[in-house]
Amino acid sequence: MALPSYTKPGERIFYYFYITFCGVVFFFLMAPLVAIIPISFSQSPFMLFTEGMLAWPPDPDAWSFRWYRYMVGICEDKNLTTPCGNKWMRGTVNSFYVGTISTVIATTLGTIAALGLSKPHMPFKGLIMSILISPMIVPLIITAAGMFFFYAKVNLVYTFTGIIMAHVALSVPFVVITVTATLVGYDTNMTRAAQSLGARPMKTFFKVTMPLILPGIISGALFAFITSFDEVVIVMFMASIEQLTIPKQMWAGIRQEISPVILCMATCLVVLSILLLTTVEMLRRRSENLRGIAHR
Amino acid sequence: MEAHISTAEQVLLTTDGIPLKDSLKKTERRNKIKAFLLVFPLLLFIIVTFVVPIFDMLGRSIDDSQINQVYPKTFEEYGKWDKKADELPPEEVFKAIYFELGTGDKIMIGRALTRMNYSKSGWKSLIKKTQRQIKKDLKAETVITSYKDRLIEINEKWADRTYWYAMSQMINERTPIYYWNALDRTYDAEMNVVRQSEERRIYVKTWIKTFKVSVYVTFFCLLLGFPVAHLLANLPLRYSNLLMIFVLLPFWTSLLVRTTAWIVMLQQNGVINGVLVWLGILCDDCRIQMVYNETGTLIAMTQILLPFMILPLYSVMKVIPPSHLRAAANLGAKPFTAFIRVYLPQTVPGMSAGGLLVFVLAIGYFITPELVGGKDGQLIGHWIAYHLKTTLNWGLCAALGAILLGIMLILYWLYNRIVGIDNIKLG
Repeated sequence: MALPSYTKPGERIFYYFYITFCGVVFFFLMAPLVAIIPISFSQSPFMLFTEGMLAWPPDPDAWSFRWYRYMVGICEDKNLTTPCGNKWMRGTVNSFYVGTISTVIATTLGTIAALGLSKPHMPFKGLIMSILISPMIVPLIITAAGMFFFYAKVNLVYTFTGIIMAHVALSVPFVVITVTATLVGYDTNMTRAAQSLGARPMKTFFKVTMPLILPGIISGALFAFITSFDEVVIVMFMASIEQLTIPKQMWAGIRQEISPVILCMATCLVVLSILLLTTVEMLRRRSENLRGIAHR
Repeated sequence: MEAHISTAEQVLLTTDGIPLKDSLKKTERRNKIKAFLLVFPLLLFIIVTFVVPIFDMLGRSIDDSQINQVYPKTFEEYGKWDKKADELPPEEVFKAIYFELGTGDKIMIGRALTRMNYSKSGWKSLIKKTQRQIKKDLKAETVITSYKDRLIEINEKWADRTYWYAMSQMINERTPIYYWNALDRTYDAEMNVVRQSEERRIYVKTWIKTFKVSVYVTFFCLLLGFPVAHLLANLPLRYSNLLMIFVLLPFWTSLLVRTTAWIVMLQQNGVINGVLVWLGILCDDCRIQMVYNETGTLIAMTQILLPFMILPLYSVMKVIPPSHLRAAANLGAKPFTAFIRVYLPQTVPGMSAGGLLVFVLAIGYFITPELVGGKDGQLIGHWIAYHLKTTLNWGLCAALGAILLGIMLILYWLYNRIVGIDNIKLG
């Protein structure tokens, strides 16, 4: 979008203003995420840039891995007020446990349903689609309240089963949406070809359909995983201390003992989201390329 | 399928001798069932784990059956009381409540008490004291000639008409009282809907604030998102893909991480205040309080919801042909006129999609206002959580949720009319 040579001075000023404005917005979007990373390596127990950290030349005493050691449960300093223990690690284990199981269930059910929804014969398509994606639309606090009342009746509150069921319901819409979108570009003649060559439906799916829509399935699964992994409102109401997850522990951390340990975990989560984002982007491009070939 | 055609009058037949029409119908039905069977497991799962709980909550918001299970006889007799003729309810009512308190299940009565206190405070102590005395009576097998006199003897509040009037709110199994409470209204003694007393009017204020914050957040997101989406849509692909990361990374990052980051940025010793002091714009003692108030909620929510505005805007702007603007310029339009008359109208679907998405998300927000909102930055979600976890006034909690859900459904209906619900794009 370089400026042509005949631009008037007024337009030129406007253009630079516009570019600067966009720069400020990008800064606004990214600054908070970037700012927490250095603070997590701080020596001080407060969540701020200490003078030592800003000093030039850098003061090595101001920086440390202290809070990271706390996070993984290595406690050297006994007389500190911040609880040091395996809470964070237990939360991590639980988060991965709940996240993995609900992702597997959501991806399986969601992919099968997306296959059905993409069939031209599907009856009541609009209605069913809106029911399936409604968990994404209803505000979490309402979902949490409704589920809490209902799950309490059937004794599923404060159990892993209850939380996993809730998380599957929340993450399924993402799988359905991504896989249905991928299936739009899927050439159904492939299925017909496989079947005419004598493949049974199961074999057709695993040998022909699935490899072709795999990018969609994987990015749906990643969306599902991150939904469950980040979810805090449901676990806040439906999880006991037994089902402590990372978000629940972070929530408690922000409300009670503000310490840089939270920022260490936050930094880890930012790194995780960079990894997930990269994977999804790569898959999206791959799927677009595949689609391009299929159409030509 | 091969069909035999003999004469024009004869129906088309397949090789099996079945009319072609029927055969096709059968195949189609089978295909329909097949497709539905694929969707069925998930549909059932969502209905059981999500749809039923939501309807259960809606039912709870009007439910008043628990108290009716505790005092069935009392309420039946109460219905016969002619309020104009008699000062106090007839003897039968006193007798019924005497025995229902004396012999009823303690836990059930306790639960009903909480409900009774919503309609008039004071019930709790009255019932508890009376219950204790009745238990003693029953043990001692005291002979009672008038239950009315006995109850009034136990506690003179039983002669207070306002308590008896308050009871009329509870005798139906369905009640709109929680909805009235959610709008700062209540019943007076004559069952008229009146406003709550001054210090108890909190919800209307919060509803208005929720709307105000959502409108502001939507406006700021549009203001900040529009130029960025425009830039991303018009840059060459290799630059825009790079800059897109700046939008997608926050989108993918945990909500709690972003909220925490904003606390770090905005607090009094935080990054922004620090930079301002360092630059000499602020003195060290006049650091601005930007977090734990409405400002904090607004700033954090705008950043968190901004990607939801940029992404739909981007996908709309991406397909607007640049030749349109050139054509306008060619016809003599100044850049500004061309933008307003040619470009802007074409971005309306994107603006409405992004706007509604942000507004709808903002209106139900809970985590961010709870953490950075402090005392005056709380939205309606705060009260839903408060009644769910702290006061256990689940009827009111459900009613607040139901009203919020109603607003959402209206907005989504609009969204669906304008852009179509299956046009949601995820990055």
